[in-house]
Amino acid sequence: MNEITPTSAERAERLQGLGCKRKRVEDIRFVQGKGNYVDDLRLPGMIFGDFVRSPYGHARIKKIDATKAKAVPGVIAILTAADLKPLSLHYMPTLAGDVQAVLAEEKVLFQNQEVAFVIAETREAAADAVELVEVEYESLPVIVDPFKSMAADAPVLREDIKDKTDGAHGKRKHYNHIFEWDVGDREGTDVAFKKAEVTIKELISYQRVHPCPLETCQCVASFDKIKGELTVWGTFQAPHVIRTVASLISKIPEHKIHVIAPDIGGGFGNKVGAYPGYICSVVASIVTGRPVKWVEDRIENLSSTAFARDYHMTTEIAATKDGRVTGLRVHVLADHGAFDACADPTKWPAGFVNIVTGSYDFPVAHIGVDGVYTNKAPGGVAYRCSFRVTEAAYCIERAMDILAQKLGMDPAELRMKNFIRREQFPYQSALGWEYDSGDYHTAMKKAMDTVGYTKLREEQKDRQAAFKRGETRELMGIGVAFFTEIVGAGPSRNCDILGIAMFDSCEIRIHPTGAVIARMGTKSQGQGHETTYAQILATELGIPADDIAVEEGNTDTAPYGLGTYGSRSTPVAGAATAMAARKIRAKAQMIAAHLLEVSEYDVEWDIDRFRVKGIPERFKTMKEIAWAAYNRVPPGMEPGLEAVNYYDPPNMTFPFGAYICIVDVDVDTGQTKVRRFYALDDCGTRINPMIIEGQVHGGLTEAFAIAMGQEIRYDETGNITGPSLMDYFLPTAVETPKWETDWTTTPSPHHPIGAKGVGESPNVGGVPCFANAVNDAFKFLGSTHISMPHDNWRTWTVAEKLGLHG
Amino acid sequence: MAKTQIAMKVNGKAVEALVEPRTLLIHFLREELSLTGPHIGCETSHCGACTVDLNGKSVKSCTMFAVQANGADILTIEGIANADGSLHALQEGFREMHGLQCGFCTPGMITRAHRLLQEIPNPSEQEIREGIAGNLCRCTGYQNIVKAIQYAAAKLSGVPAKEAAE
Amino acid sequence: MIPGAFAYHRPKSVAEAVGMLADLGDDARALAGGHSLIPMMKLRLAKPEHLVDLAGISELNGVRTEGGDIVIGSMTTQNELLRSDLLAAKLPILRETSLVIADPQVRNVGTLGGNVANGDPGNDMPAVMMCLGATYHVAGKGGERRIAARDFYQGAYFTALEAGEIVTSIRIPAPPAGHGYAYEKLKRKVGDYATAAAAAVLTLNKGAVNYCSIGLTNVAETPLWAEAAAKHLIGTTLDGGSVKKAVAAAEAITAPASDNRGPAAYRTKMAGVMLTRALARAKTRAA
Repeated sequence: MNEITPTSAERAERLQGLGCKRKRVEDIRFVQGKGNYVDDLRLPGMIFGDFVRSPYGHARIKKIDATKAKAVPGVIAILTAADLKPLSLHYMPTLAGDVQAVLAEEKVLFQNQEVAFVIAETREAAADAVELVEVEYESLPVIVDPFKSMAADAPVLREDIKDKTDGAHGKRKHYNHIFEWDVGDREGTDVAFKKAEVTIKELISYQRVHPCPLETCQCVASFDKIKGELTVWGTFQAPHVIRTVASLISKIPEHKIHVIAPDIGGGFGNKVGAYPGYICSVVASIVTGRPVKWVEDRIENLSSTAFARDYHMTTEIAATKDGRVTGLRVHVLADHGAFDACADPTKWPAGFVNIVTGSYDFPVAHIGVDGVYTNKAPGGVAYRCSFRVTEAAYCIERAMDILAQKLGMDPAELRMKNFIRREQFPYQSALGWEYDSGDYHTAMKKAMDTVGYTKLREEQKDRQAAFKRGETRELMGIGVAFFTEIVGAGPSRNCDILGIAMFDSCEIRIHPTGAVIARMGTKSQGQGHETTYAQILATELGIPADDIAVEEGNTDTAPYGLGTYGSRSTPVAGAATAMAARKIRAKAQMIAAHLLEVSEYDVEWDIDRFRVKGIPERFKTMKEIAWAAYNRVPPGMEPGLEAVNYYDPPNMTFPFGAYICIVDVDVDTGQTKVRRFYALDDCGTRINPMIIEGQVHGGLTEAFAIAMGQEIRYDETGNITGPSLMDYFLPTAVETPKWETDWTTTPSPHHPIGAKGVGESPNVGGVPCFANAVNDAFKFLGSTHISMPHDNWRTWTVAEKLGLHG
Repeated sequence: MAKTQIAMKVNGKAVEALVEPRTLLIHFLREELSLTGPHIGCETSHCGACTVDLNGKSVKSCTMFAVQANGADILTIEGIANADGSLHALQEGFREMHGLQCGFCTPGMITRAHRLLQEIPNPSEQEIREGIAGNLCRCTGYQNIVKAIQYAAAKLSGVPAKEAAE
Repeated sequence: MIPGAFAYHRPKSVAEAVGMLADLGDDARALAGGHSLIPMMKLRLAKPEHLVDLAGISELNGVRTEGGDIVIGSMTTQNELLRSDLLAAKLPILRETSLVIADPQVRNVGTLGGNVANGDPGNDMPAVMMCLGATYHVAGKGGERRIAARDFYQGAYFTALEAGEIVTSIRIPAPPAGHGYAYEKLKRKVGDYATAAAAAVLTLNKGAVNYCSIGLTNVAETPLWAEAAAKHLIGTTLDGGSVKKAVAAAEAITAPASDNRGPAAYRTKMAGVMLTRALARAKTRAA
């Protein structure tokens, strides 16, 4: 039978592989409301858990009386620390080497801290009982200002570790101190500052915020008494890590723990670590023998689960008077709240904040970080960024603008002058990173040309004059940010989570009929892995993406991985995917040669088949090879067609971008209107341009929210102000600006497909871009630094102080 | 408290149940009727993930008791597909235009957009943004959601799909 | 998230509702659209043991004219206000205000009565009603009475309503044809309460103001009728100097809370800015 022979281009297109705008596989169930989220789960006999929480920010617990609560019909049990202590579960280890109270024992350390866990037949009974648990507190003085944590007369917060002078990361300087960490050449940097012609110094603070995914944290824990096996479904960005931790702390053997992360409604770092709700649900299930569901409210989510940022960065740059940077010196005061529950790789208590040299060629630099405790919720996590990378990027990008202003230079010009040059890659930064690749000048030039930067500056000058003449009450600001991110944690030599190296994995199995199932150790919460990993595989294996099923999240079937956060999926598991696929292709090559009766060196790969070199009409498609793998392999070869790869990345990857933003500030109300936002991202090889664009839109929107209004704030008595969506700024479609996206492509030289990851870049670059824009609007009136968030009243206050209200 | 008998129509089917007065409509739909499409994202009526169509109006089902919906005609995401089972133009549009990522806001968003397009069959971009201002999304930045709704509006007006995608 | 338990009642007439509220006493609350009350119940800040749902009382719906007045049933939703051709023609300020209240879903359920009756200083309609000189028709076990909007608000969540009384309708004297109007609201995002908002209604005679009324939202424990501020504008052309005097008088009666929208001093100033902008817009609309 004759068949019209498809062209190479048609064959490639059929694969829907690397580089195409493949429509998402996940969408089919989501648009029909058939997603499978934790709260959708109902098991026979399932019961519900709910927390009693502390109204105080710092207090001793004198008494807990659950008598009235226990009398509510349907209440089964009420757990307190006293019940967990015999199991050594009243505290749990954090990812940062600290411990966190699961249920408060003798004192509470932040408002809304968990004090008791009510277990009941229905949600209603649990809620009714929570109200009736009577707790007697004796309030204690509160610390909410991290600058006061280490005062000589500061109240002791962590009595449980009061006498421990050795912390997880070295000596503790004070009973409220957590760690001190530093890197770089302190002496060389001090010398550079002594010799400097120009220096700037500024306290650059990044306010406490919260990742606030639309779905809160939740789980269902089910302990099977007969088998002695525990199954937990939960909102877990790193399900395997949760399983290992669960085994270590519960002593249930790890092979008898089944952790499943189903569909997750957004993570953004909020769902990496373990929370008291998970532990209590597991204990409740063991105690009652029934499945226990715990679903937190939004207020619980915003006030007790891991916050982000709260970094106070005293930043100095040394430079020549014609604008060459000669040194960078930063000291960070890190507010971790009541427990250091930071989700960082173990050796990095301040994450990768030493990316703070950014995109610039600093010959010498030093950064020191002191972490302290306060009476606030524990954390922090990497909210849509790599570990502490938004903090670092905001710090250096603001600081460069401040330097430009002092030098009287245009901020874009100052950056161009100091960028690491293309020829310098791979680049050894003064703070210890080897940046893999970059072409900053090209990206910056493209951004500036596209927006018409020079003309915009001219327009700005005209508008400034008009403002001074009283013709307008708006100030135009142009924000420039050029970020370099460090993602893809990471190499085993320096990256581990609780001792487990941060490799990632992919296991592929090709069935006889040529259909494929692949599982990875990461876990998507909206990034589209079912779609994009299949694209990598389609190109590598020559099998259409629609014939490739991708699964994540079930720890019984997925190979061990460290999960999805810090933009690590593409760099690490994406690499594992390519490498595993190449193992399969190597075997397929030998099978093809065997079928074609030629030597394996006489066949070559052609999109979806192996063909005989010089005789292209003699070929075997991957589909034919798959079938043959199950019945006609060469002598001595194992049947089957599968492979697994555990990828230990040789380095992180370093995506970068050039963002330019134009705003108009209404000085009479303090409102900022975003006129235009242009984002150029370089994430190396682009797997699915449609998904990349979506990630950039989403990350920029989160950046907009952070820069323009998000904050988690505590008053002097330890009350958290505004922990609901009434106040926590999540913009609607009306406030959210329109985004323009663009790209350059500078592949990563060490990654199997040259990809770097992109999901979080827009948040990293977006925040300083907005901040620089608002700052830029006021520069000509003498303002040098305005702290975030740039909400209406704060911006108005700047205008007021500058005397603009007459 | 004593339970109350309620009856309503949900996605075209008659439904009867005994509920506590304090049972929120969203819990009734999700737990009693197993319609887990609409979701809960907050408890202060801001996020809109719980949006359903009730007697021809978009409402936040988390801010209503099931007893208040006695006698109502309710449509959820599970009832949005076409009568022949094919995806509604909106469901198609959200996929074509990448108008979703984690999927959590999507049922409420599509249900709201479904009513919006009946209120304004050919909305401008501003009308779309104002029309979905009661639905929060953390993943997409709304830009592709707007495009998805524009795609559906065009398709429902008879513009061929390919053109609608532009 | 889960409210406390309560018994649910659904009267079919005002008389029945009023009777129920009288019998059930302090443990009962009237339920209108529920979009203020139910969120409070979910946070357990309100724990009524009885809810008397007014949704089944058809006489509480509808928009009509009666002589020179417009009468709006208290259960009329914000969306119904938006869609009313009668209101668009005679009372366009209501439409402008409804559009900045909450979001589309909430407007489908939230009622005018609910917005004016519970004394929440954040609600927008009260200041507009004070500006318009509206009267609330109230029914209770003692019978029916009328309360001027300008006399209705006594404190945060504290109104002139006696226990068991409900607002049945709102009567608004129609402003003259060709009146200028505006409701200017500063908010952080769609769905937010006002940082500050100002309602202005005025008429011009040969370019000079011969009638002006001003209301201010969320800049005190109650909505404010800025009587003195409006007086400064009578006879003027809304020139800069006169507007400044009006603004100063308006600012002088504010006493806003400091909250996440901003400190009190900022919100007072914003009341002034909103008033300035409302007057400017009202001027362009006045015939």
